[in-house]
Amino acid sequence: MDERLLPRGRSRAPFGRFLLWLVPWAALLGVGLYAAYLCLALGLNQTNMDNRFAFGLWIYLDLTVIALGAGAFFTGFLLYVMKKRELAAVINSAVVIGFICYSGAVAILAIDVGQPLRAWFTFWHPNVHSMLTEVTFCLTCYLTVLAIEYLPLLLRNRQIKKRPSMLVFEFELHKVMAVFALVGTFLSFFHQGSLGGLYGVLQGRPFAYRDSLAAWPSTFFLFILSAAAVGPSFVLATTWIVQKVSGRTLVKREVFDLLARVSGSLLLVYVLAKSVDTLVWINHTSFALGVDPATFYAFAPFGTWALFAEIVLLGLVPALLLALPRTRRNPRLLVPAAFLACAGVAMNRFVMTVQTLALPTLAFDPFLSYTPSWQETASFLAVVAYGVILYSVSFRYLNLFPQERELASLPEA
Amino acid sequence: MDAVRKPGGARYGMVIDLDKCNGCGACAVACAVENNVPPAPERANDRNGITWMRVHRLEAKGEARAAFLPLMCQHCGDKTPCVSVCPQNAVEVDPASGIVAQVPVRCLGCRYCMAACPYHARSFNWWDPDWPGRLTETLNPEVSTRTRGVVEKCTLCSHRLQAAQDAQAANGGGTKPPVYTPACVEACPAGAIVFGDLDDPESEAARLAKAPGSFRLLERLGTGAKVYYRTGRDWVRRLADGRAAGDGRTHG
Repeated sequence: MDERLLPRGRSRAPFGRFLLWLVPWAALLGVGLYAAYLCLALGLNQTNMDNRFAFGLWIYLDLTVIALGAGAFFTGFLLYVMKKRELAAVINSAVVIGFICYSGAVAILAIDVGQPLRAWFTFWHPNVHSMLTEVTFCLTCYLTVLAIEYLPLLLRNRQIKKRPSMLVFEFELHKVMAVFALVGTFLSFFHQGSLGGLYGVLQGRPFAYRDSLAAWPSTFFLFILSAAAVGPSFVLATTWIVQKVSGRTLVKREVFDLLARVSGSLLLVYVLAKSVDTLVWINHTSFALGVDPATFYAFAPFGTWALFAEIVLLGLVPALLLALPRTRRNPRLLVPAAFLACAGVAMNRFVMTVQTLALPTLAFDPFLSYTPSWQETASFLAVVAYGVILYSVSFRYLNLFPQERELASLPEA
Repeated sequence: MDAVRKPGGARYGMVIDLDKCNGCGACAVACAVENNVPPAPERANDRNGITWMRVHRLEAKGEARAAFLPLMCQHCGDKTPCVSVCPQNAVEVDPASGIVAQVPVRCLGCRYCMAACPYHARSFNWWDPDWPGRLTETLNPEVSTRTRGVVEKCTLCSHRLQAAQDAQAANGGGTKPPVYTPACVEACPAGAIVFGDLDDPESEAARLAKAPGSFRLLERLGTGAKVYYRTGRDWVRRLADGRAAGDGRTHG
């Protein structure tokens, strides 16, 4: 039925089966959109956030998907700037994933703020001292860059490129794509950092506050490093999932190897930097604010296990598994290691967002807990559903994996 | 962000005597009525209701004695945690009065200022404000009501300051910042709250702020709060800020 739209040389499931695959995701999207409507129409009283837990599930997951979406900018950086040509095999997929992550995060932010129609105020009356201003500017610009990077993929569709004007447009866009990759890298570096700075500057929250390096708190640099380290792992993990779900080999083995090598090496640097930062924070920053760092871990369930899990189990362990050639080349270890690395960045964002707000600041404050409402959970699941649908449609009709055709024609090993 | 001070301006603040406060809550009620804080909806609780001023009960475990601590925006001075974080300048420090103002019409409702405030002195409008029936007749025409989706907090009754400035100007002006009284100070039956210009050596508030036994909450964070507390009882001091009298700096 839709054969004329499918990329040449690729086999795809029958249209009916494809629609059947989309149905549950569309249902999830529908429920989530209804939940989002409730939040927008009736107000944020539909959530379980409150005056003490002013940020909740949405901010945590926004920070996490933006970190994971860093795969787009960092793969672009490696391909176009560091000339790692092998990554041309995954750059299209990485761009789509990046676009999904960022557009999903922006959509959730639009529900999360109390007055979404005033979002333009930040551009008109910006407070240049606020990390959130930096985040807003960079996020908006980078989402535009991602949309521009997504455009050539669309224009290369069989039917669209039949129009000569579209073909010329795509060709011209392709020529400047390296510039957009560079701009995207610059913007990404800044907003990943600003998201870290968002918490690092909170002098009123000693658990999150960090000393400054140059003009930024150390979390600014740690967020950049962790996102750059985990981005390639997320590209690896998603490519593996797509291979399993579609039942096709999409990229050559050496592409996985390169992604894992880059991710592992950067993760090792990150773990080292994070360890140094933690030691400085424990031995200097906390005491300078008059807080014994032991009190941060005195409240269950956030014991020191959380710190150990974040730095060692979900940091050092995947870093070593990905960096060492022997473990990296073992398929049974490679993919779990990539997932562990992604879980590590999710854990770090959880600690920064949720643990920071749960811990008391005043002497007579209680330790607080928070459980998201179904509206919060469903709204976020709608983003997941939107991502799966957009990715599935892109995978079906666009050339996300240039090596797929070549690999499909090879005899099975 | 370091606050800028206007030469000749005031630095309004208050000193709350915890040994006089009996926890009656009159200050909180007066504040709510004066500033058009809407009645709480049915589903509201102590964590999502709007309270510009809240009276905390300080109680040591296993002990029968208790003290009360009224808490509102501390109007931080030197390094205001909320001002620098707001992306659209909806939080400002007035250089002429030192009052940390929230500008609800500019507020995006991102709640970053709430996450930044160590005193949890800010409230978000989770619901549409509603004054059912003839309760609208209780609204104070001097204070704007706020909409759903914005943050609000204590303004040190800045509308009363405005009225005092107008009165001073009508009477030929003066060289000194005007004297005025916020609603909570007026309502306290125990006289536990003293308000005034902390830079004016003749004001009672300035004298008490510097007197032994006065302290500020979370002094160690360097927020430069303009609300001081006083107590002569060590156990109250310990429950209020985790320290005994004499530990660290007690006044600034």
